[in-house]
Parts: sequence; C-alpha cells; structure tokens
Amino acid sequence: HQSSKSVIVLRNEKLCVCVRLQVVLKIIKHYQEEGQGSEVVQGVLLGLVVEDRLEITNCFPFPQHTEDDVDFDEVQYQMEMMRSLRHVNIDHLHVGWYQSTYYGSFVSRALLDSQFSYQHAIEESVVLIYDPIKTAQGSLCLKAYRLTPKLMEICKEKDFSPEGLKKACIGYEHMFEEVPIVIKNSHLINVLLLDLQEKSTVADKHELLNLSSSNHLEKSLQLLMDRMDDMSQDIGKYNTYCRNLSKQQQQKQQYLQRRQQENAQRQSRGEPPLPEEDISKMFKPPQAPARMDTLLIAGTRGVNGRRSPSIKRLFLPAYSTGHWKFIVLCLKESIHELINSAMNGSV
Amino acid sequence: MAVHGPLVKIHPVVLASIVDSYERRNEGASRVIGTLLGTADKHSVEVTNCFSVPHNESEDEVAVDMEFAKNMYELHKKVSPSEVIIGWYATGYDITEHSVLIHEYYSREAPNPIHMTVDTALQSNKMNIRAYVSSQMGVPGKTVGVMFTPLTIKYIYYDTERIGVDLLQRTRASPSRTNGLTTDLAQVASAAGRVQEMLSTMLSYIEDVLSGKVMADNSVGRYLMDLVNKVPKITAEDFESMLNSNINDLLMVTYLANLTQAQIALNEKLVVL
Repeated sequence: HQSSKSVIVLRNEKLCVCVRLQVVLKIIKHYQEEGQGSEVVQGVLLGLVVEDRLEITNCFPFPQHTEDDVDFDEVQYQMEMMRSLRHVNIDHLHVGWYQSTYYGSFVSRALLDSQFSYQHAIEESVVLIYDPIKTAQGSLCLKAYRLTPKLMEICKEKDFSPEGLKKACIGYEHMFEEVPIVIKNSHLINVLLLDLQEKSTVADKHELLNLSSSNHLEKSLQLLMDRMDDMSQDIGKYNTYCRNLSKQQQQKQQYLQRRQQENAQRQSRGEPPLPEEDISKMFKPPQAPARMDTLLIAGTRGVNGRRSPSIKRLFLPAYSTGHWKFIVLCLKESIHELINSAMNGSV
Repeated sequence: MAVHGPLVKIHPVVLASIVDSYERRNEGASRVIGTLLGTADKHSVEVTNCFSVPHNESEDEVAVDMEFAKNMYELHKKVSPSEVIIGWYATGYDITEHSVLIHEYYSREAPNPIHMTVDTALQSNKMNIRAYVSSQMGVPGKTVGVMFTPLTIKYIYYDTERIGVDLLQRTRASPSRTNGLTTDLAQVASAAGRVQEMLSTMLSYIEDVLSGKVMADNSVGRYLMDLVNKVPKITAEDFESMLNSNINDLLMVTYLANLTQAQIALNEKLVVL
C-alpha cells in the first residue's frame, strides 16, 4: 500500500534509478544548510545512462534566487560548474534535477515546465523529490518522477485547453510516473561506512515510533484544504466559461435565424441580401481557462496521500497489549544510555 | 612543545566525495587532492563540503591547478556563502614533501589550514582518516621545518544525514551492493524490533543482577530508576481513550482524503466524457 499509489500508473518495468551515497548526502546537506523553512532548494543531477538504468553519480546545487542578484546568470553558473567537473573526471552529463518539497506540495507549473524541458532533451531524465520533513521522522524519503508520454505530447503542443486535454484523456493519475530508486555503492564506500559505524556513537533516532504526529497531520490537512480551495475556484471559472460559451452559441443561433429571416424578406422584396457578416468576429469565444492548473492541483492531492505511515504507527500500539509499548516510546533515549553503561559496567 | 589544535568535525558527505574522487582519478595518479570547505570558530572546525582539484605529481615537482581551485570556490560560494576554505585533503597514507608545498599554498588562502588524509589504500586494513595542522619547528633563524601535528576528529551528522547513512549501512549486507528504499511499514517494524531487543537486553541484565551473577552497579541502577520514573502515570483506560481519539482523528483525515480523491476521479470522468 504505497503512499503515493494514485500517481503510479505506468511504471516502466525496465527503468530504474541508481543513486550513489554521496548524491543522497549532498541533497540532504543542501536542504539542511540552505533551505530552512518552506523554501525550496534545487539542484542538478549528473550521471549517465547505462542499459536500462539511470545512474546518478553526482550532483550540484543551485544557489537561491535573490532579488538583488538580477544579473546572476544561471546558465553560466551551470556551464562553469560542468566544465570544472569535467576536469576532475566527474560525469558531466545532465540527467535530471532535484528539488526539496514542503509536505508534498511540489506539483506546480514550474516543475512541469522544467521537467518537460529536461525530458525533451534527454529522454530518461527524472526529477528527484526529497522530503526533508518525512526524512526527519525516520525514513529517507526520496522519490524519482518522470512525465508520462501522454503528458509529454500535450506539453509539446502547448495545448492546454479543455478540448485538447479531453482528446488525450488525461486524468491526474496519468501525469507522473514514479521510478524505483536503488542505492548502489562501491566497495570502498562500504569500507567507509564500516569505519563510520565503528567510530560514531550517536544514538539511534526512534522518531519512527513517535506517537505524536498531530502537528504534521494538521499541516498536511491545511495544505490539502488550500489545494481544494484553489481547485474549487478553478472549477468555478471553468463552469462560468461553459455557461458563457453555451449562451454565446445560443446568441449565434438567434442571430443567424434573424439574418435568414431578413434575407428571406429582402429576397421577397427584391433587394440584395445582406452580406454574411463575419459572425465569428462578433462573438469572440471566451478564453478557455488552462485546465493544466486544475490537473496540477489534482496531482498534488494524489501525491499528498501520506496518511499511511501515521496510521501504521498508531496501530502498532493499538494492536499490541498497548501499555508496554507506550512506555517504551517514552524511554528510548534512557534505554540507550542504559545499555551503554551496562555494557561498560559488566566488562 | 605540544600544539593543541582545534577539534575537527567532519560530515560524512565530505568523506563520500573524497572516496568518489579517488575512484575517478586519472590514470597514473596515485593520489588525489582537493580543498575542504566549512566553517571555523575558536575551538573547532567543521568541514561540510569539499571539491577535488586536478594536480600532477612526479618525483621532483608538483603542480596544482590553482585557477581551477579559485573558480570552484567562487561557484560554491554562490550556493552557500557561509562556507570558507579551511584546508585541504589528500588520499594516501603518508605525508610527503609535496604536501608541505601544497600546505604552504593553502596557508595563503586560509589562516591555519587543516590537512586531512584519507587512507584509501587501506594500508592498515581500515580507512584511516586523520587531520593535521602545521606548526613551525626547528631553530629560529636557521633551518626551519614544518611539523604536522595530529588533531582529534569527530564525525558529526545532521539528523537527516544520520538517517540517510543508517539506511545506507544496509547496503553493506546485500551482495549486489544495492538497496531499495524500503516501505514505511517495514521501517516502523524494524524500529520497533530494535527497541524490543534493547528492552530484552536490559531485562536479562536485571535478572542477572538479581540472581547475583553480575555485580550491581550504582550508576546503572540510577539509570534504571530514571527509566521507570519517566513513564507517565496514566491508567490503562485513560491511555486507551487517548489513543482511540488519536486514531479517530487520523481515520477521519484518511476518509476525507479518500473522499476528495474519489470526487476528483469522478470529476475527471465527467469532464473527459
């Protein structure tokens, strides 16, 4: 029961993403240092495509956009970075980009545009979404998404009108597909990990078992409500558009009928018929609102389904005989100290 | 004359980058060098980032691409303006004469630079990571030399980094060195299992003490007292009711979420029709 099951429709069986340890760590570090609060941090992924796998071997971050830095050229920064990395034999092929997210609200027009331009250039590129809040709760939350081929076509034609989307039969489920991530390391990195484990004595974080997830729940719910408000506004706009359109059709019909009657009358009187005016100029059809935004909002809702871990956390104590696990949750740190001192004491 | 240098705190991301650049070194190069970035205060130095610098090394001379180092530093500064050059690293076990020259260059860039060595050749069956700071030695006025004094190293993690590294520890076990990101339920289960193990270790220790097999230790006893006192005094019924109301909240939110999802799906079908 994956938490984002409404987004996974076409999982390309062959394609998977291999990520190296340092990419993960760099992304985590970038968010930690530069992205506190609800700001989004972004960066570029480098790597190569090997058979059916996309290997991501390095990454570098993008600086934040500041208003007083108008003359900062992103493209130039990127080119310089890549050139420099090439000197030290780091893969300098763009294979995607990463972004951090705030409670899952990352589906936006900007993301769509960026991912489309990346995927247009390189077919297998992905966007890695890193969720720092969920990671801080205990499980590394890193997901890779690509646009489905259907969506790619629509973006290519830039036809976001209701008719265009209807033709393509796109629902919010068919917008993104998730690609499974696999972490792959070399032997030397394994040695490093072994070393780190011996040397570091930081206690395990048992945030996973924390029962008090209510503030996260509140925030998720808040975001969901905001999205629903946006969506209802959008739907309202669409409905007025439909109404206007049908009203206009009616008016057109009436006008045509009047014209025909007048022409008939004139013919009977022997006068030339009035010229067929360009009706379309008179009745300009109202602007069809871009349905893309609605879809995006719906996509956010689809991705935002992160209820399951909280439930599982709560059901654990509920299904057990209850009390003792609750005790354990209060005592996690004390237990660690105790074990350590017991080990030292009994030696 | 002991020089007590600052404490060096290293983030694992730095080590991962160093190992990676070592694996990608040019043909024929036996070691890799690069710059360390981070922050420094009076008693400690925190290394948070690094990048490798191309260099050529032969018997008599060493050439380091300084322009490159400067450029990279500028680029990095755009992303994290608070990081400064605090030293340099080299892979390999020993400190050679060339290191002295390179160190001299870096002392122009940063006050009191740190030199770090990472033993990727695994000379002592382990990856030794050491840090040094240089100090003058010798007779003043005559031959002056430079001595590298070792510093203590501590690994420091952000919380999220810790979790990432823990996850990756598991890749050591699998033969293909790969690991998928596990589902939520599995992680909760494993965390609960760990706590259970800890409790059972504790209980067996207590039983041993009670039956006289192990000497009772006062500090351990005090910890145990703390442990037992930390449990809040709630009766079983109160706890159950609290838990149930919490679960009800969660279920309600899940229901709402599913409802909106169904609504949106319906909407889609209607529009597409």
